[in-house]
Amino acid sequence: MALIQDTDKAKVREILGRMDQPVRLVNFTQELECQYCRETRQLLEEVAGFSDKLTLEVHDFLLEKAKAETYKVDKIPATVLIGEKDRGIRYYGIPAGYEFATLLEDIVMVSRGDSGLSLASRGKLAGLKDPLHLQVYVTPT
Amino acid sequence: MRLAHQFAMESDLVTADMIEASEFPQLAMRHGVMGVPKTLVNDRPAADGMLPEGAFLDVILASAKVASS
Repeated sequence: MALIQDTDKAKVREILGRMDQPVRLVNFTQELECQYCRETRQLLEEVAGFSDKLTLEVHDFLLEKAKAETYKVDKIPATVLIGEKDRGIRYYGIPAGYEFATLLEDIVMVSRGDSGLSLASRGKLAGLKDPLHLQVYVTPT
Repeated sequence: MRLAHQFAMESDLVTADMIEASEFPQLAMRHGVMGVPKTLVNDRPAADGMLPEGAFLDVILASAKVASS
């Protein structure tokens, strides 16, 4: 059964239609998939089908440890968005509900290479000297 | 959640993880997550709830400063 409802397909197509450059969705799961690992992979497969600028790469977290380390992925299900380069954008757990909208908007953002932030925010971030690791806990509803 | 990813997009020094709390209950418990969204900066609690862009960035930058001092 499809995770993306028929009623949402036009909207998904419309949002992803704003893509510019190609984006890779890099997914980490494992052979015996946990429920959300399976659903995350399926969701990404469906999303990737909406645009020929999107490709999906699926990796086994346990068998491809070096790959996981390269992407600094430490738990699954994990999804990494890669455009021109790795910008440090990660999802742990299924990006469903509100976070599905976030995923689509993030894909467009990475594809267009523009954060969309205000000039003030861009200025403050340009002044950063040390790495900043943000972790945002969410629930899918 | 989007803002954190936008910050990551903008700055090479920022990395941003979305973590689905119900799929990682032990991690959520360790980080004292009682409600969502909850934001941690360099593994320390920084913000509860949703904030507008400017305020959210200020809170994050302030807690990064506290953490490094």
